[in-house]
Amino acid sequence: MAVATRPPRGRPQRRWGPAFRRNLTAYGFLSGALICFAFFSWYPMLRGFVLSLQHNNFVDPPEWVGLDNYRTVLADPVFQTAWVNTLVYTLLALLCGYVVPFVVALVLNELRHARGYLRFVVYLPVMLPPAVAVLLFKWFYDPGPGLFNQVLGLVGLPGLSWLDSSSTALISLVLVSTWMNLGTGTLIYLAALQSVPGELYEAAELDGAGFFRRIWHVTVPQTRLILLVMLLLQVIATMQVFIEPYLLTGGGPEDATMSVVYLMYQYAFVYDDFGAGSALGVMLMLVLMVFSAAYLRFSRDDPQERS
Amino acid sequence: MSLTATRPPAAPPARKGAPRRRPRKVFGSEHRTVVSPHHLNTVWGRRIYWAVLVFVLVTFTLVFLFPLYWMVTGAMKTQEEFLRLPPTYFPSDWTLESYRQAWELMGLGKFLLNTFQYAFGALAFTLAFDVAAAYALSKLRPVFGNVVLLAMLATLMIPPTVILLPAYLTVKDLPLVQLDLLNTPWAIWLPTVANGFTVFLLKRFFDGIPRELIEAAQIDGASPFRILRSIVLPVSRPILGVVSILTVTNVWRDFVWPLLVLPDPERMTISVGIASLRFNMPQTTMTAALVIASIPTIVVFLAFQRHIMAGLTAGGLKG
Repeated sequence: MAVATRPPRGRPQRRWGPAFRRNLTAYGFLSGALICFAFFSWYPMLRGFVLSLQHNNFVDPPEWVGLDNYRTVLADPVFQTAWVNTLVYTLLALLCGYVVPFVVALVLNELRHARGYLRFVVYLPVMLPPAVAVLLFKWFYDPGPGLFNQVLGLVGLPGLSWLDSSSTALISLVLVSTWMNLGTGTLIYLAALQSVPGELYEAAELDGAGFFRRIWHVTVPQTRLILLVMLLLQVIATMQVFIEPYLLTGGGPEDATMSVVYLMYQYAFVYDDFGAGSALGVMLMLVLMVFSAAYLRFSRDDPQERS
Repeated sequence: MSLTATRPPAAPPARKGAPRRRPRKVFGSEHRTVVSPHHLNTVWGRRIYWAVLVFVLVTFTLVFLFPLYWMVTGAMKTQEEFLRLPPTYFPSDWTLESYRQAWELMGLGKFLLNTFQYAFGALAFTLAFDVAAAYALSKLRPVFGNVVLLAMLATLMIPPTVILLPAYLTVKDLPLVQLDLLNTPWAIWLPTVANGFTVFLLKRFFDGIPRELIEAAQIDGASPFRILRSIVLPVSRPILGVVSILTVTNVWRDFVWPLLVLPDPERMTISVGIASLRFNMPQTTMTAALVIASIPTIVVFLAFQRHIMAGLTAGGLKG
């Protein structure tokens, strides 16, 4: 108010008097968030790199060891298994968790009845705490009285050993995470489908395009961006899989469900080797950064494109 | 029949109905989708439509609702009935014994209270710090504001689990001040604030508030804080609602972080608490505990369905 002469519209710079005071106020407002970001985001990012290059028992001063930690991790026979499992898991999760919600959204979008109910039901599992959903499925997977083997029995199929066999354990994990995350994707796709202009379908139909061609040539291109963004998001999310192996299988049987993050957790909190754990974290970060960068780039274009 | 193919304007179309059982319920076209209303109104179109509808209703109910039903009723069975083969679909004697046991043996009340404390504390800090930050970035526009914003958004590129270990070590021994935040609510509250997506959502909303409104207040001599309180916040209620719901449900659902930073059984969140007791509890008690743990989030969902859906699509995707 000291320099309260109203600035011309084009120059909003001098609103609260001298620039210095304005900046001081602004950084006052920013300080809380800045401190939190600095401590819990920016600093840990840097520290992750530093840790991965050190031997550190947090008692003696840390010792620089170059790429030793990376060598340790790479030499671990479980390392390769963990990456392969994570990649297979991601691929399977994409197959289930990416394609299925889109198909579900397509179908729901056609239905004129019970929409509210269907949306509600699809999204309900998303609201369960993930730990609850996972523990619930652990009980369903039980080879004895478990629900899934009961259902298989009903239709005359032999029961599976689900989590106890290395051939079915991984897919069992994918089933849980698909079940509990399906709703998110479905609702986002539904929102995207609503914004596809109906004229395009009409035009396509007049040109003689059948049902599937209309989906392929109208729906998919029109929702291309959101499909891409969801694909990236899905990859990023599933490559961090931890809670499912942690609660369901402990990485077993025979490391069949060992994931990269679970291995990282083990290095740090079971073997007490934060250096090796961080090295693994850095590797995962480098892989995921590629996807994250693409995700950020496309998701920022997205709102303008849609509205 | 051929007339219906043209797209009627927004008003409810004056349809000439097909002579079926329910002539009033003809498929109009609120929004043209892949299948044309014209096709839907043919005899086969209707048959297929209803077949698909019934199929979807039954499948979805079975796949998404039945497990929850199984969980809720499973906890009402006795332990023998629970393990019986073939299973019963209705408990023969309904008993709330397992729920009582879960509550008492597992100390769920304590876990729930902890989780409430973490979730709402985190919400308070997030609203206080992130709203102020987004306001500063959007309306006060300090030097290097864009750099700060970019640095905050850049954290979105780093998935949370890959900085899990260094973040854990930071919380264990906070640099500069040498504080150990393990087993304190601060270990949940403060990291929640550092959420680039929240700042992004808020800033984008604040950007949309007309500058004239702010300028008018400045002319009247309002301080930046006063403008935030009396102008920006009142018009931002929708986005504050979305951010609140996202924050609370995220903290409530989180597992890995509280697992690491709150190892003391007295301090655990409900998810971690239940998981830590999973080996020593009878299956019925465990199931009852799962039900109790999901009640709060389900209630939030029922109460704020619309906002949650809005949050899902706001600014693209959830973080």
